[in-house]
Amino acid sequence: MLLKDTYDVVIIGSGPGGLAAAVEAKKEGAEDVLVIERDAELGGILLQCIHNGFGLEIFSEDLPGPSYAQRYIDESLALGVETLLDTIVLEVTPGRKIYASSSRFGFVEINARAIVLAMGCRERTRAMIRIPGMRPAGVYTAGTAQRFVNIEGYMPGEKYVILGSGDIGLIMARRLTFEGAKVERVLEILPYLSGLTRNYVQCLQDFDIPLQFQHTVKNIFGKNRVEAVEIAAVDERWNFIPGSEEIIPCDTLLLSVGLIPENELSRQAGVELDPITGGPYVDESRQTNVPGIFAAGNVVHVYDLADWVTLAGYEAGKGAAKFAMALRASENAHIPVIAGNNVHHVVPQSININSLGEDEIELQLRVLKPIEDRVMIEVHDGKNQIARKAARYARPGEMNTITLKAKHFADVEKASSITVEVNPR
Amino acid sequence: MQEEYDFIVIGGGVVGCIIARSISRYEGRVLLIDKEADLCMGTTAANTAIVHAGYDPLPNTLKARMNVKGNAMWDQLAGELDFAFERRGDFVVAVGEDELPALDVLLTQAKKNGVPGCLILSGPEVRRREKNITPETSGALWASTGGICDPFAVTIAAAENAVMNGAVVKLNTEFQDFIMEGNRIIGIKTNRGEFLSRWVINAAGLFSDVVMHKAGVRPEFKIKPRKGEYFVFDRADVQIDNVLFPVPSDKGKGVLVTTTVHGNTILGPNAEIIDDKEDTSTTIAGMDEIWAGARKLIPSLDRKHVIATFAGLRPMGNAPCKVPGVDYNADYIIEIPDEVQGFVNLGGIESPGLASSPAIAQEVIDLLKDAGEELREKKDWDPIRPSRPRFRDMSQKDRKLLVEMDPSYGRIICRCEDVTEGEIVAEIHAPVPATTYDAIKRRTWLGTGRCQGGFDSPRVVEILARELRVSPLRITKLGEGSEFLFRPTKNVEG
Repeated sequence: MLLKDTYDVVIIGSGPGGLAAAVEAKKEGAEDVLVIERDAELGGILLQCIHNGFGLEIFSEDLPGPSYAQRYIDESLALGVETLLDTIVLEVTPGRKIYASSSRFGFVEINARAIVLAMGCRERTRAMIRIPGMRPAGVYTAGTAQRFVNIEGYMPGEKYVILGSGDIGLIMARRLTFEGAKVERVLEILPYLSGLTRNYVQCLQDFDIPLQFQHTVKNIFGKNRVEAVEIAAVDERWNFIPGSEEIIPCDTLLLSVGLIPENELSRQAGVELDPITGGPYVDESRQTNVPGIFAAGNVVHVYDLADWVTLAGYEAGKGAAKFAMALRASENAHIPVIAGNNVHHVVPQSININSLGEDEIELQLRVLKPIEDRVMIEVHDGKNQIARKAARYARPGEMNTITLKAKHFADVEKASSITVEVNPR
Repeated sequence: MQEEYDFIVIGGGVVGCIIARSISRYEGRVLLIDKEADLCMGTTAANTAIVHAGYDPLPNTLKARMNVKGNAMWDQLAGELDFAFERRGDFVVAVGEDELPALDVLLTQAKKNGVPGCLILSGPEVRRREKNITPETSGALWASTGGICDPFAVTIAAAENAVMNGAVVKLNTEFQDFIMEGNRIIGIKTNRGEFLSRWVINAAGLFSDVVMHKAGVRPEFKIKPRKGEYFVFDRADVQIDNVLFPVPSDKGKGVLVTTTVHGNTILGPNAEIIDDKEDTSTTIAGMDEIWAGARKLIPSLDRKHVIATFAGLRPMGNAPCKVPGVDYNADYIIEIPDEVQGFVNLGGIESPGLASSPAIAQEVIDLLKDAGEELREKKDWDPIRPSRPRFRDMSQKDRKLLVEMDPSYGRIICRCEDVTEGEIVAEIHAPVPATTYDAIKRRTWLGTGRCQGGFDSPRVVEILARELRVSPLRITKLGEGSEFLFRPTKNVEG
């Protein structure tokens, strides 16, 4: 595959939002659509979500994450979407230039008529919830552990405590149990579940994994590897309740304590973020405040179902394609004005045929060589003359002009370029 | 057969590594050992990264002398070893009229200590220079020679330069005892065998008391760890570009608001005297204390932008100042003791130990010369340690060239800090190889950003396993016992 200099729509990220945007952009008429993915395969985080529960809304089917992704991968490739894998976007400019780094293509620069930001979200970390204690190995976010288990094929521990009742944590509790590990406890600081009820039933209840509301981790022990965590009950204001402390021996603490839209690239591009959602402000077509930059899915706000991310991706892909095609039309509207025989240069260098109206257009030019005799300034489209003007002489030191009038515009519109020449009569 | 050396340095912190580098300039075989899997895992691992100007230590103490002399040596050190060092200057900020007299005391002390470039600024002038500072600021001491650095980079670069000049570095090598011949030290016993040496230099930091006691030196000397906790902010959200101290108290220099050479604002430390030399845990009380301290200087700070917390231990000693009439009992020890031969003894090198380290190394060289050691400079000694490419700090144009030369620099492994596979591989095969996750983190700053390694850690484990030719199950965070992974999943053939 050869990379083009300019694409109609470039989509950053190939999760459910990015793939849906690519499919919809193609269907809406965008010709050159490129998806940039930092991993070696399309699908984003769906690839490590090997559990079922995907597609219920869109396909009325209960699919695992990779199968759900595959439907959109197949569709986008069939539609001719181009892909750039194992590539990280380093910077997006407000002028929609993309700098990316790829092990295969090296350092690449791509121009986009429209961009869809579909970078998804990242997990909140230990520091964000300020768990005190030691900093040994064995403290992982649930998503990182999920990658180790489902993609790399390794178990990051044997005895787990999971903090947070987010969906990834619940799913991982079941997954680790399947693999023969022991999940000692799931803790939730809130008095209610933060994930889906169906995940609580299918992942914890069915496997007798205890869940404690209004409990959190108070301390982490272990120099090299986690040896135990101290947990405690909290009141409504999250203050620890004295006397409720309990030490649970374990080798791994998983954190499933929330997701944050991933908007570092958006910020660089000048995209304004909503401090409440952490994602860009968008209009109904999912366009951000930067013209031509759209955003869809978890990068805008965190969804609980991938199906909804897909639907948001459709909106953004459609908006981006419309924007790109309008831009393309206006680019094609410019025809060049060429300096022909004995002409050094002409200003303007191009004419926008979409804006031709009643106003005359004066072409200003200088000749290359003096002609001390009568001359003819001619404008043609390569075959037929459009306009002409006689002069008594032509000298480089004296600027010449020729004016295109409304009566000439029909011919100008039909031309793919126009040329100006100054010849002896 | 026992390996024979002329000089053994115990301890791979900033002091030990700069000493090893200074000695590697001269003829003789140099060995540096550290008990951990990497360099800079003790006090050097967690501190404020400030090259102090020198107005803080009590006049006439060894601390004061080393600090001021050491500070002046940093430009050359940074130039030769090619690490990030910025002489930004620092402020000691007085809040309210009550704290103003403390600035005069510091200025007088600065003059006594011979610190150049200090002056007192008015409240409005301080507020003009740092817009986020509390409106109650009444003035500040401005010390133009204060600097910030990357303490890992300094330490590793010094060790690498020592290795380039012939020194040997052995990690995972723990000092157990001295080998004596009468009252002369002739070597050391470690968990990895015995090493003979004409000189042994104690740069063991938190454990310097244990080492000197084994030599029968200063039985009354004791290191008390003073724990300091820190917050790190996301640089996208918080950018305080100045180094701001509060006025000092009897607990020390107080909670700073400062910045790193990587652009992250950091807060800390508090100062809690503890017993356990390995207790680097953060605490709720400690974090609350830092927060209150920092908010006194910058009221607008918001906890939601904190991306990391950590704690470090300062090796506070109880050695009295040798200068008569100076009542100070936590001075540095830098000496060749009378009671044993072949021993250079250091102890209590707490803050400003980083700033002092080049001067301490020079002091050690001078002591060796005074003891009759004939130090002859190597003909081929090379003081220059070339740094390796850092993708993150390069222009788009330079990045393009780098990736064209070596495509592995095109594969980004840490997306928050833009660290590439090429950089990681280079560190694994560097003169002092990085063989753990944290070792790579210290060298490349990978995993220090807002996702805190969530994205990169599986990928780094894979690269380490490939480059070291071991199973991923053997890859550790910080050395043996800190493996990331326990076993393959059921369905994967091992």
